[in-house]
Amino acid sequence: MKDTTNEKIGILRKVVRLFKENQVITILLVLIGISLYLGIHTKTFFTAYNVFNVLRAFSWIAISAFGQTMVIIGGGIDLSPGSVMALSGIITGMLLVRGVSVVISVFAGLAMGTFIGYLNGTMISRSNLPPFIATLGMMSIARGFCYGLTNGWPIRKFPAGFLYLGQADIHILLWKVPLPVIFMIVLAFISYIFLNNTKYGYHIYAVGGNEYSASLASINITKIKILIYTLSGFFTAIGGILMTSRLGVAAPTAALGYELDVIAAVAIGGISLRGGEGNIWGALIGAAIMQVIRNGLVLLGFPAYWQPAAIGAVIIIAVMIDQFKKVRSQ
Amino acid sequence: MDNITHKNNGAKKPILEMKGICKYFGGIHALEDVDFELYPNEILALVGDNGAGKSTLIKIISGVYMPDKGEIYLDGKKVEIRTPSIARSLGIETVYQELALIETRDVAANFFLGREPTKGRLGIFIDKKKISNVTVKTLKQLSITLPSLRTVVRNLSGGQRQALAVGRAAAWGKKIIIMDEPTAALGVEESIKVLDLVQRLRKHGASIIIISHNLPQVFHVATRIVVLRGGRRVGSKLKNETTADEIVKLITGAELV
Repeated sequence: MKDTTNEKIGILRKVVRLFKENQVITILLVLIGISLYLGIHTKTFFTAYNVFNVLRAFSWIAISAFGQTMVIIGGGIDLSPGSVMALSGIITGMLLVRGVSVVISVFAGLAMGTFIGYLNGTMISRSNLPPFIATLGMMSIARGFCYGLTNGWPIRKFPAGFLYLGQADIHILLWKVPLPVIFMIVLAFISYIFLNNTKYGYHIYAVGGNEYSASLASINITKIKILIYTLSGFFTAIGGILMTSRLGVAAPTAALGYELDVIAAVAIGGISLRGGEGNIWGALIGAAIMQVIRNGLVLLGFPAYWQPAAIGAVIIIAVMIDQFKKVRSQ
Repeated sequence: MDNITHKNNGAKKPILEMKGICKYFGGIHALEDVDFELYPNEILALVGDNGAGKSTLIKIISGVYMPDKGEIYLDGKKVEIRTPSIARSLGIETVYQELALIETRDVAANFFLGREPTKGRLGIFIDKKKISNVTVKTLKQLSITLPSLRTVVRNLSGGQRQALAVGRAAAWGKKIIIMDEPTAALGVEESIKVLDLVQRLRKHGASIIIISHNLPQVFHVATRIVVLRGGRRVGSKLKNETTADEIVKLITGAELV
């Protein structure tokens, strides 16, 4: 008798510790909770059509958030994703309407985003600019290029081969899964392996956890910083191109303010803004929670105007829970 | 004052020898013509008042600073230790006062920090199994007990952190292990544990330089004591041939009676 109760307490303690140490499980339960609530109170939430719509709607935010996760784990922050999404879409779009092939156009868009990320990383690591300032400046520069290159006009009329990327559904078992969702899941796994199983991932955690200690251990801080911002630019460009393809238009005003959604997804996902902690799944679930709440408010009949307030509250509560747990565990 | 002949070490050649080391920071003479030698398998305590040049001297050995003048010989061969990673590749490991641990990472990741073993052809995938095995083995050899390899350093006590940092240095420091105030942040009991560990390292064959302000601890653990004052070396005494009084007088510069 005694043994079994002890065992039960042991298991209970383990479960409690799992929650304390692992924000991902907590927010996964929150996501499931919200989804169940919406499933019960609306007829449409759990239809395949709605679920895949929700998944597609946050896929480009989530993909950019994978890059942001690496930046924030590495102790930085990237404010440029919104503008980089728009600019990579515009570069791709400008080439497409001039008759350049889809592959080359997409490649050029990806190269643009990657290059901006590389510039961010170089400025931050070589001239010691605070990440907040460097990427804030880059956010404005990239947006300026969006307007300047297009004279403010949106670019339309893309070839079908390009629209396929963001609009196609792939038949998997019983479902028609949107292609961007598949990209999102594949990139999540790749990012996870990169962060948790490679030398570079280990060094990103080390630099974000304690830059001075990392440098004493002969870790090349400059290289790691350039790497994380470059990856953020690359992932963001993927997101931007998928978004452009889905919308069928590359507008200079596209993705305005999306950097905040990207950072919010990471923050909700329990990735400490102080650096050194967290993982990709947090960012994925964080992005999902935001979109489910938006979708849920619509399905429940709230005017869309209230969405930002709800999202803001979620961000604050998520980070508060995280801080509270940290204080307790210390 | 400093013409001691080291009877015990008479037959041995120094593993590390520094000659005429000078280091200036602007107008400040941090080190002035300092000679220094470390013999195999000794625990050398480097003592002196604040600003005497102890930290500058070990930072030169560990590659953080380059000396402005002077020469360094390792095993009789002249070396230039331009960076910490060169020092590490020469087999010199340093336990800094700040410990140089990543507080957000676990024991195993810290143990291999900056030299993670990889597997596969690409050379980027971490060999986690090797990390666990080597960490467990080394900690066991040195009788260091830590909660588990998965424990995040933030959740370790001060003594456990120190033990981890020292154990890590011992695992990689093939020639010399340098420790800067290893017990400064610890309570009495934890200090004793760390000093025991230092002595175990010596039994395993390590040559150790230890900076300390705590003279009772110095006399407890060291085999030889080198005193710096105002950037100059003012004494080198075998522990068995000196007294705390004498060391204090050397540190403060009071006249020997």
